[in-house]
Amino acid sequence: MNASAEPRTISRRWWLLLLLVPVIATLWVPWFAHVHPVLFGLPFFYWYLLAWAPGSVLCSAFVYFKTRDVI
Amino acid sequence: MHRSALIVFLLLVTGVSVLGFYAARWRRADLDQLHEWGLGGRRFGTWVTWFVLGGDIYTAYTFVALPALVFGAGAIGFFAMPYTIICYPLVFAVLPRLWRVAHRHSHITGADFVRDRYDSPLLGLLVAVTGILAVMPYIALQLVGIEVVLAGLGLPTRGWEGDLPLVIAFAALAAYTYASGLRAAALIAVVKDLLIYVTVIAAVIVIPIELGGFGKIFAAVPAAKVMLARPPAGSLGSYSAFATLALGSAVALFAYPHVLTATLSADSPRTVARNMAFLPAYTFALGLIALLGFMAVAAGVDKLPQFAGYFRQYSNNFAVPALFMKSFSGWFTGVAFAAIAIGALVPAAIMSIAASNLWTRNIYRQYLHPDCSGAQEARQAKRVSLVVKFGALVFAIALPTSYAINLQLLGSIWIIQTVPALAFGLYTRWFHRWALAVGWLAGMVLGTWMEALLRFKGTVYPLRLLGTVVPTYIAVTAVVVNIVVATALTLVFRALGIAAGTDRTAPADYRNAAARVGGDG
Repeated sequence: MNASAEPRTISRRWWLLLLLVPVIATLWVPWFAHVHPVLFGLPFFYWYLLAWAPGSVLCSAFVYFKTRDVI
Repeated sequence: MHRSALIVFLLLVTGVSVLGFYAARWRRADLDQLHEWGLGGRRFGTWVTWFVLGGDIYTAYTFVALPALVFGAGAIGFFAMPYTIICYPLVFAVLPRLWRVAHRHSHITGADFVRDRYDSPLLGLLVAVTGILAVMPYIALQLVGIEVVLAGLGLPTRGWEGDLPLVIAFAALAAYTYASGLRAAALIAVVKDLLIYVTVIAAVIVIPIELGGFGKIFAAVPAAKVMLARPPAGSLGSYSAFATLALGSAVALFAYPHVLTATLSADSPRTVARNMAFLPAYTFALGLIALLGFMAVAAGVDKLPQFAGYFRQYSNNFAVPALFMKSFSGWFTGVAFAAIAIGALVPAAIMSIAASNLWTRNIYRQYLHPDCSGAQEARQAKRVSLVVKFGALVFAIALPTSYAINLQLLGSIWIIQTVPALAFGLYTRWFHRWALAVGWLAGMVLGTWMEALLRFKGTVYPLRLLGTVVPTYIAVTAVVVNIVVATALTLVFRALGIAAGTDRTAPADYRNAAARVGGDG
């Protein structure tokens, strides 16, 4: 066992917590269950949730590049 | 109109059937081995895995039923967005771990892993039976997607000649799945995705222009449908219903056998992780498809006389096909309908393979024919895949569609009951095998009972917690009870010293060997 590698591995795993951001952001309904501001004719509720699809990709991709050696 | 749509439709569907048979030669290997037939040899790279998982999760039933729900009920139908956004981050680190241990021990199903981890063929059997029960009505529901577009194409929908196109489509599907296994589904999934993207892009450009933009579309939708109702005093109302539907569906998703089959067919844990990172992109297309429900409201398709008969037969499930027929030219309607039909064939193939893998591994080989050879095992799985599809076909033809929908609702409540054994098992051996079995039973009974109390009219049960009414997705309530029971009984069984069995896996089997993590595994 390489003693110096261990703490680094564990600290890198903290990045996994970042995956909770899209989970909380799309489940806490009072934050986004309203009409305004409207964008391109879409009420906030809809474009907010649509925007989290690429938002979640960015978040997970970042975590992937930070943790791909340890997961 | 009907004629050009029908010709394009038939050309595309015939084309993918040819591709399905050709798939047996793709990355040629011995298809008389179960891991080759049923897992594509565990050799699918990042792209192919994307198409297989995407083909699995975003099914024809989704494309038809989700906009139908938005069309009929409005904003609550959009729970599918958080559902398919959060399902991937939730298992980002979990599935690579499952892949690793399954690869090390040649596991083909989730039930294989549970059996070895807990030294309990019974617990494996429970997981396998739950999987088969949950996936069967799901296959039958894919047929609903096909039925709706066949009707839209002007084919007869009643009597024996009405069932004939469906029987032909399923016979072809059964034949090439038998011959090529998961490879057929993988190749066809590529075509399916291309057709879906083309259709969705065309739909969200052409239809809003025709209807005068999203502003006008939403202005035409009743206000009560546009936004979730604000919860009344003393209740969390539609907010907790929306959030628990999304969370429960997301947690249940990766316990489904067809999703595990697709995951285990990847060539490495990194391929799995990459897909967990990038699959939410598909969800964007799903959101646009859901918005088609509002476009159908604005276009008033249910009030058009030419569609009245279809709506009577298929109710809201005809909203999207009607919208396509109204907005697209004949040949492009054919493309869009082929996208839906092929979108039914891919998951139906993978689901039937997953069900056969479970039967063969965790029932046939475990209990009926323990010393069968690899070739016998693969032959059994191939034959069972035929039986599964035939069963789904009889189900779809002989019983009203509402039965399949009810059973699918129950299916997702049932499948989540296998999550504690599967997911907790990947991280800890603390839970006792019999405690998990009793927890599973408690969750199954409670979930089914609550669903029966609602008379299958919905899946959200109003719980009363500390004086507040909390409408909660039944799957979430039932799995929480499952976990509480499993935890309490584990303490009891350990105190009584009841044998916990021998773990056949080792901590190193779960780890990334290069990562050098100590202790926790």
